[in-house]
Amino acid sequence: MNSTLPKWADIILIPLLNLALALLIAGLVVVFIGEDPLRALQLIIQGAFAPWGIGFTLYYTTNFIFTGLAVAVAFHARLFNIGGEGQAAIAGVGVALVCLAFDWPHWSIALLAAMLGGMLFGAGWAAIPAYLHAKRGSHIVITTIMFNLIAASLINFLLVGPMQAPGMAPESSSFPAGASLPTLHDMLAVIGVAFDKNAPVNVSLFIALAACVLVWLLVWKSRLGFELRALGHSEKAAVYAGISPLRITMIAMLISGALAGLLAINTVMGEAERLVLDAVQGAGFVGIAVALMGRNHPLGVLLAAFLFGILYQGGSELAFEMPGISREMIVVIQGLVIMFTGSLENLVRMPVTRLFTRLKRRPI
Amino acid sequence: MEFLTILQLLDSATRLSAPLLLACLAGLYSERAGIFDIGLEGKMLAGAFVAAAMAATAALPVDQGGWGMTWGAAWVGLFFGILMSVVLSLVHGLASITLQGNQLISGVAINFFAAGTTVLVGQNWFHMGGQTPQLKGHARFESITLPGAEQLGDVPVIGPVYEQLISGHNLLVYVALAMVPLTWWILNRTRFGLHLRAAGENPAAVDTAGINVIRLRYSAVIICGILCGVAGAYLSLGTSAAGFLKDMTAGKGFIALAALIFAKWRPVPALGACFLFGLLDAIANKYQSLDIGLFVVPVQFMQALPYILTVVILAGFVGKAIPPKAGGEPYVKER
Repeated sequence: MNSTLPKWADIILIPLLNLALALLIAGLVVVFIGEDPLRALQLIIQGAFAPWGIGFTLYYTTNFIFTGLAVAVAFHARLFNIGGEGQAAIAGVGVALVCLAFDWPHWSIALLAAMLGGMLFGAGWAAIPAYLHAKRGSHIVITTIMFNLIAASLINFLLVGPMQAPGMAPESSSFPAGASLPTLHDMLAVIGVAFDKNAPVNVSLFIALAACVLVWLLVWKSRLGFELRALGHSEKAAVYAGISPLRITMIAMLISGALAGLLAINTVMGEAERLVLDAVQGAGFVGIAVALMGRNHPLGVLLAAFLFGILYQGGSELAFEMPGISREMIVVIQGLVIMFTGSLENLVRMPVTRLFTRLKRRPI
Repeated sequence: MEFLTILQLLDSATRLSAPLLLACLAGLYSERAGIFDIGLEGKMLAGAFVAAAMAATAALPVDQGGWGMTWGAAWVGLFFGILMSVVLSLVHGLASITLQGNQLISGVAINFFAAGTTVLVGQNWFHMGGQTPQLKGHARFESITLPGAEQLGDVPVIGPVYEQLISGHNLLVYVALAMVPLTWWILNRTRFGLHLRAAGENPAAVDTAGINVIRLRYSAVIICGILCGVAGAYLSLGTSAAGFLKDMTAGKGFIALAALIFAKWRPVPALGACFLFGLLDAIANKYQSLDIGLFVVPVQFMQALPYILTVVILAGFVGKAIPPKAGGEPYVKER
């Protein structure tokens, strides 16, 4: 089918049409509950780009880049990792343990150590479902969903037990000052640019951007990436070429878990500066929509993550301005985007392909 | 443990396993026909919400904007709950049968859509933070006392078993139990059942025999929707929740899937698997934290136990489960 479509239609036109359909249905939902969808859209965009909003938009974008890349890397090996939520949550424990371990002299050392801690814990939480998938044939989708639920119980246990700070609140102690990451406000102040002081966006944003480049290099420019994609295209062919499915499945899921784990440096270390319950707030699941919309390409993930960042920040403004619409509107849009860019993709692709075939046949 | 305590545990296990059983059988029809469905959770959730919302509306007096029904509002709820769930099933069918899309992604999308819409619409409709009003009387499925339960209550052993365990559940529990032999019969003793199973194993052969695979798979998906709707209606109209609560399915759809795999896609073992998960839930509810001498098992572990068990079961430590051969693959005629 792809051969009849020009590349621009495949990677730009179809995702945009799918997105438009998803937003159209979301608009109908808004109409159904008796609000004006165009005003809702306007409020979302205003809320996301206002001087006091953009910093939050970028903060959410950072989260979604990490989780989107996590899902995308696994997708290349045809593994559907729904466990980003749990992996990121457990990574929060790793980041918290690192941050609380020492009185860190400088944030950059603390950040490097925390990244390692988060990646290690995130990858660790992905390792068991990966192994069970590759070795025991238990489906990764259901196992990772179960691991999300188990992670929630585990965090709950840790935060009212071993890791709880003195007091009643289910949270860890605050991290030492040396582990405090510079926010975008701090960084831009150095070069004399004013930026919102309250916004949580921090240095993790640049790590997320770097991760995009690294994932691109990994998937398309490395031997490992080739093996990853080969396994994703055809397991039989990959085995024939001497690629071990067990090894690649494990590596793909470990990378995926580590990427999801990096989210914790943004939320736990960058924003909360202590471990709290539900630090991930559904970002792991948004990653699925982001990866699907971004067609598993880092650039696409980056753009889709920004779009969802806008939806998240603008959506909270919307919930504030329009009492009829609650924050769950975002989950609805997320479901619709997954539906239209994922499972219902052929709804658009089939007619578009037919159109292009007809255009091509016509003599010019 | 005392006899009565055991009876209570089994009784609550029965209640807790009923929705699992309905969802599990729902998944069974779909997956035996070759359509994987991880959207059971979302369909149950949407069914539960619509059932509760419509039952509440039907029971509300006319001057307050309701329908003023004085009896049977629960049936209105059940009907619309099923309808909602079937609509979502058809979306899944459209994606996975007609458009040959990814069935897993479709299921995930339906789960998110249901999780978001139920709260969004619920908040807008009732202004109770995503809940529906408390349902009373005929807006719920209340427990049924089977004939002779009170008279037999004094007979030793059999009496309490009949009165406490067998009698005194709501109608939908009995529906769920009756579905087990019915499903077995449909699957193994009817023409439709044979075709259904064949569509999940070798759809090309079914097609060659002149049977419409597409129509067969759509019927399976619709049956799946009906049963998920009943499961959802049970959660909101048949349990002590007496209404819809945000995310009230709490992973039950996934546990039902695990039970289905554990049961190797067969109806009678499905009953056993669901009852096991129900019992586990009942134990976790009754004993918040278990003291087993050496140390105390924390409550969070008890809560996570069904999920951990699911992982263990899926890992095949209790025997190999082989899914329907053509499961998850769209059927393309010309090949």
